[in-house]
This record gives sequence, structure tokens and C-alpha cells, in this order.
Amino acid sequence: MTERRDVLVVGAGPAGLAAAAAAAAHGANVTMLDAQKHPGGQVWRHDIAHRAPRRARRALRRIASVRWCYGMRVVDADISARSLRAEDALHAREFRWDRLVLATGARELFLPFPGWTLPGVTGAGGLQALVKQGWPVDGGRVVVAGSGPLLLAAAATLRAHGARVMAIVEQAARKDVHAFARGLWRWPDKLAQAVALRAKLAGVPFHYDAVVRRALGDEHLRAVEIDHGGAIARIECDQLAAGFGLVPEIGLARLLGCALTDAKHPAVRVDALQRTNVEGVFAAGEACGIGGMQTASIEGAIAGHAAAGGEEAARRLIASRDHARHFAATAARTFSPGSRTHALADDSTIACRCEDVTVGELRAFDDARSAKLATRCGMGACQGRICGAALAELMGWTWHGHARQPLFPARLATLGLHEPSIAIRSNP
Amino acid sequence: MRSHDLIVAGAGIIGAACAQAAAEAGLRVAMVEPGVIGGGATAAGMGHLVALDDVPAEFALARDSLRLWEAYAERPEAEFHRCGTLWVADDEEGVQVLRGKAARLDAEGIAAEWLDTAALREAEPALAHDLLAGLRVPGEAVVYPPGIARTMVERVGMLGGTLHHGRKVVALENDGARLDDGTHLHGPVLVACGCDTSALLPELALRPRRGHLVITDRYPGWLHHQVVETGYAASAHGSAGEAVACNVQPRPGGQLLVGSSREFGAAGAQVAASLLARMLRRCFRFLPELPRLKALRAWTGFRPATPDGLPYIGALPSRRDVWVAAGHEGLGVTTALATAQLFADLFLRRSPWIDPAPYAPLRSAA
Amino acid sequence: MNVSVRLRVNDATVEVPAGANVAAALARAAQWSRRSRGGEPRAPLCGMGVCFECRVTIDGEPHALACMTSAREGMQVRTDD
Repeated sequence: MTERRDVLVVGAGPAGLAAAAAAAAHGANVTMLDAQKHPGGQVWRHDIAHRAPRRARRALRRIASVRWCYGMRVVDADISARSLRAEDALHAREFRWDRLVLATGARELFLPFPGWTLPGVTGAGGLQALVKQGWPVDGGRVVVAGSGPLLLAAAATLRAHGARVMAIVEQAARKDVHAFARGLWRWPDKLAQAVALRAKLAGVPFHYDAVVRRALGDEHLRAVEIDHGGAIARIECDQLAAGFGLVPEIGLARLLGCALTDAKHPAVRVDALQRTNVEGVFAAGEACGIGGMQTASIEGAIAGHAAAGGEEAARRLIASRDHARHFAATAARTFSPGSRTHALADDSTIACRCEDVTVGELRAFDDARSAKLATRCGMGACQGRICGAALAELMGWTWHGHARQPLFPARLATLGLHEPSIAIRSNP
Repeated sequence: MRSHDLIVAGAGIIGAACAQAAAEAGLRVAMVEPGVIGGGATAAGMGHLVALDDVPAEFALARDSLRLWEAYAERPEAEFHRCGTLWVADDEEGVQVLRGKAARLDAEGIAAEWLDTAALREAEPALAHDLLAGLRVPGEAVVYPPGIARTMVERVGMLGGTLHHGRKVVALENDGARLDDGTHLHGPVLVACGCDTSALLPELALRPRRGHLVITDRYPGWLHHQVVETGYAASAHGSAGEAVACNVQPRPGGQLLVGSSREFGAAGAQVAASLLARMLRRCFRFLPELPRLKALRAWTGFRPATPDGLPYIGALPSRRDVWVAAGHEGLGVTTALATAQLFADLFLRRSPWIDPAPYAPLRSAA
Repeated sequence: MNVSVRLRVNDATVEVPAGANVAAALARAAQWSRRSRGGEPRAPLCGMGVCFECRVTIDGEPHALACMTSAREGMQVRTDD
């Protein structure tokens, strides 16, 4: 007789939701954690003004029986004790597992350019997230810039919330994007998605081989200067949503000792069944490499099945997972930020926003640690998350990880085990 | 074969200060540092300039060094922030410690002010209300040691010295040092490698004594002084397996640096969650609102500790032209300048300011 | 359940839709959330709690993330000057 396993899933995006549902289907005792107040992660983020997309609703229905702890941020983990500590606004809690699924997703890649620190400049995914939670854009003029399919999704959300999307400024070359679009027939759902998005964006000017050279304004953005194929143009606007793709969120994986890939933006290494090199720990979705929603859903299901002992069910999904990942690799090739994007920042452009360290100050150093000790770059509240990814792109620096704790700013009370923590193990 | 008047292995605060003193005396100095300048204990510690007065030889070195540190008060790279130290006692034993401290500081002309319970609350509102007494040493400061080490190394360069950065001394050989790339540097060698000193000088007893620190987000005005409990000296001078003592520092930008812990035999740099928690709870006792503050990061560092707690400063009589300046435990930054002064005096055969005997490298063998 | 929530941002009263976060209130009432080390005005960037640009003081607690905190009736939010 199989014992009932405790499966803990960190992250409630497509991968986490799929993992939780799959594990629960095998009778495992599943708990899900997420820092947000509602499940869905980033791509299915709860929108206060619109219903969730059909796929999201389906995924959410499937986890009805799972215990869901929201608003909780993991701050520390102990692999030998198979436990982690999370806190919310009021409490700290300890969670234990037999099996752990890391579905920690991704965050946006921000690259510095002149004026990027002005209020009014956000990420592309960033503005999409803000708008879904009430940020006012109705009637506001927004420019969406950077690179990748996320720009289209963000622009469509913004339009749906009443924004006037003035332009989409894509740094990839037109021919490359068209070749990518022509290749979408292999992934019919992606093709359908792309067609639908284009329809939603009818009338919006698209600029390819184009970058935002600078954001202009005194204390708030009022215009952007774009360079499209050598021609310079100024677009007056109230918001600039600038994103350059996604990077895997791997802090917890690192803390647990999981092996990472050697990519510029490291991801968690997993085998065909989404197992990491750490016994009992699985990973799925963007944390294993940027792969999109479909990949995340399939990988989450594989991880959930495997974690709950359903290896056969897991194996049946491997072929479709591999096919979905292939799409991700194609997208990555098309949309990787190029040299022109890397060259946007000048010496006076801020690289580390937390500590106000400029690109020029950092050029004097050969590695991240010397730069950090001399300039404080990376020592602020974000602990190198934002500047670290940017400097990996611009300078090729790697931030040598010994694992960082707390993973996110945590109350000293939590680190001091000052409050009795409630060990969560079994269903109420 | 390259020839130098002095080869300094290690560019932490001790090596950098000694190299600077030598270069300023006109010597041709070569420095060797495999990692980041000031990247070891120098970067990991608190950078607190404090006269620890319990052990006379330690006090002498600290006291002299603090006078020399005054020259850095206006230098931007030092980030010298004169917040003062506030020693606090929560029991009668602690009050006795304060009395002894007050007397010894007074004897050396170091200004210190006795604070009763009411005065303590006024001087430092964040303190718990049931503390018995405090001693405030207003002249003491906190600095940023990695920046200082960098500037010292740059100064050595400006005075004609050379830096072999990214290289490591792997052996002390006839008349010099061999580096990991095969280069041989010819000249007297000063080993200032902190915890790694034993690799080159196995005859010197040195153990790494690990400590934890936590840095918070910015809370300007939350804490005015570096608050240290009277039990700190016992924890530093004791040899217990694990010890914690409240030691909380306000950084110039408003972040709080929270310590302290000591342990021997710790394997690796990974934070020990339970010891960290014990350390924090000890600090909560003295600063009851501290639990609410947000921690950005926790880390560990290794203090080079000798059996009697005093550093090794001087020539190795068992070797030829080999010197050492290492083993400063938690007082490396405070005593760096006096260490450099003493080393330079001994090396150049000048009369040293203080009696060098307590820091003699092979004193325990005698 | 109310369709909107009223809260205070500095000295202004702001109304946001129910379920909105504090960042939505900031966008209606303040130009920025915080001042950088060098005194520059800063506003939310990432929308998901990793950039820490949206830090504000909420009901006396500093360093609260506006983008990760739900707006509640009667909240007092303070930005940097």
C-alpha cells in the first residue's frame, strides 16, 4: 500500500497549478504556496476587471481540493530537514515536504537605457501586471518596447483596459520575426494565439529593428525617442512599457543546492521527469528555462505525476513537453536582445537602481564581486536581481551564487524564529 | 629575478595597511592577492573601530590604532561615521564590567560617559527599558574596510609598488616567495593572509572562528550608536563552541548591521539558521522593536583566531626574512593601523611604540 | 462587497476599484513612490515584487511593497517626499 505523500508546490502559475492538480489526482496531500494573493502566477494573473482566460479557469478548477497558502514568500529552506520557511504580512510559517515541486517561474529582464528610471517607465510584463491590479491607463498613451512575444500580450492587455497603444517597438529584425511567424504552423495553439493577438492590436504601429533610445521627462515620463532602422522619432506618451524577455527565477533552487545550467541566465537543471539533482525536489516551467505557458503546463503535470509516484502518467507527456520546449528555443533565438540594445546605456545611465550606481562606474571592474564591494551595486533591497540580470547581458558577469538568504527581504522576527511557526503538514 | 624590499602576501586590511606603511617608508613593495582586494574577513565584518579594553596587550594595540584612525575621519573612501559605541548592561555582572571599562578608558584618556537607565533611554530610544546602565564612548566610529583596503593598495601603487592581482603565494622559498604561476619574487615576505596564513606558516596556531551578520533595509534614525552588550567581550575572549552577543551597528545610509556570533569548527559559509536565530533573539532582548525590521541578507565570515586571542605581528625566528601580521580575531580593522606601524618599526629596526613581546609569533612555543 | 475602496495617499484621498493594489492608488495620487539614494523620484517598475522601487510606508510600516499589497479601506500610504 502506498503511503500518502506530502507534495509541496512553490508557485501557482501554469506549472504549479498543473503540478498540484496532477499530484492530487494520484491521491497525494498537496499544498501550494505563492507570493501573490490569487493563483495564476504572472501569465494568468488575476485581473480585477476581466474574467480569467478559459485555460486558466480550467487549471484553477482542477486544484479545488488542494490547500492553497497565498501571499506567502519563501525566505529560507533547509534541505536536510525538508522544510522551508515562508512569511506573509503578519506571520511566518514552516512547511515540510516529502516531495517539493519548484514552479517559481520567471521575472522580466530589464536593460538600462537613458531615462529608464523615470516614473512612467515600467516593464512590459510589469505594466501588464500593474494594470490587472487597477493601475489606471484608460485613455493614457502607452509605448510598448523591447523584445519578444510578451510585448504583444502586454499591448493587448493594455488596450483591453482602455490604453492608447501608440507603438510597439521591437528590436528584432522584421525578416526574423516574419520567419518566426511562418514557423508557427508547427504549434497550432501558438499560431492561433499570435493571430488573435494581432487582431486585437489592429491599427497599432509596429516598428521592427527598433529601439527606444531614451525616455524623456523631468520627474515623470512625457515622451520617448525611438530609433527605427536609423530614423529617429519622438513619441509623446504617459507610460513606457519596456521589457526584453524573461529570466528564470532560481533563488530557491539555488538555496536548496540544485544544479543550474551554464546559460547566461541560469535555469534549474532537470531530467526527463523534471527531477533536479536534489533528492525529492522537482522543478518545472520557466524556472527550468523560458518556455512559455504551454511548456510550463506540461512540465508541471510531469513533475506533479512524478512527485506523487505516477511515473507512467509522467512519461506519457514527455513527447509533447519536448515539442513545446522546441518552440521556446525558436522564440529565444529570434528575440534575444542584440548588440544595439546592449549599447543603449551610456556611462551616466544608472545600472543599479537600488544604490544608484552608473554603468560608467561599473566599467572599471572585471567581475561582479569587486564591483559590488567598491560601488555597492547589488547590495540594495533587490539584492542584485534587477542589475544582476542586466549586467549578465551587458558585461557577461556572473553573480557567483552561494545561496542567498533570506530569499526576499524578511522580518528579523521570521529569521529569529521569534514567533511560533505553524508547521503545515496535513490537511485541516 | 625580480627583487623587492618587501613582498606582502594578502591584500586584506592588514596586508594593505602594512604594505602602505612600508611603501610610505620608501620601500619597494610587491603585493600578492588571489581574490578581491579586501574581499575576505575585511569585507565580511562590521568595520567597527572600538577599544576593547579587557586584555591589556589588545587594549594597547587598539588604543594606539584608534588614534591613527583619526587621520581617516575626513577621507571619503573610509566612510567614517562617528556614531559612537554604547555598551549596555542588563544585569549586575554587566554593570561591574561597565565600571571596569569606565576606569580603564578613563586611565587612557578615552572619553566615556556613564548613563543610568533614564539617560540610556534618552540616548538610545530603541533600547529595552529594563537595562541597568550604559557606557557611551562617543569618539568611536564605523568605517568601510573594503574601500579603505582598496585605497591603501592604490597608494602602494602610486609609491612605486606592484600588485600581483589574481596570483597566490604558494610557497615560501629561499629568499622569497613562489607564486601559483611559477613566478618567483625575491625579498623578505610578510604573510598577512588572515585565515589562510597557516597554509604558508603551519607552525602558527590559527583557527577560523565563524561569525554571522545580517543587514537590514534602511531605517534612518532608528539607531544612533553601535550598541554592544557587556557580554560581548566574554564571547570574544571565551572559547565556547558557540556564543552569541548583541552587537548592532547603524550604517551611514540607515541600514542596521546586526551581529554577533562566534563558533569554531563550522564547515563552510552556509548560514546556520538556528545559530542565526539565537543571535537575533539575543539582540531582540536589547532592542525590542528590532524584530519588525526587514532583513535583506545574512552571511557568514571567518575571523582568524589565535590560542590567546592576540595577533601574530613580527618576524618568524625559525625562518629567514619571513614576517607575519595575522590572527586579529574580531579586531582586525580596529588594530590594522597600529599593526602596520608596529610591523614597520620592527622591520625597519626602529623603536616600536609599544612592547612587541605579546604579539611575538612563536610566543606559545616558548 | 464595495466596488471601490477609499484610502489616503499622503494628504489626498483616493478611490480605487475593489481588489486593486496600493500601486493603483499611487498612480492616481502621487508622481512617485520613493526617492533613490541620489534623490531621484522612482515609481513601480516590475509589478511583481522583485524590483523594490514601489516601497512606501503603509499605516506606519516602512518598506511595504505597493504592488504586492491590496488597497484596504482607510489605509494611510506615505511616499517619500
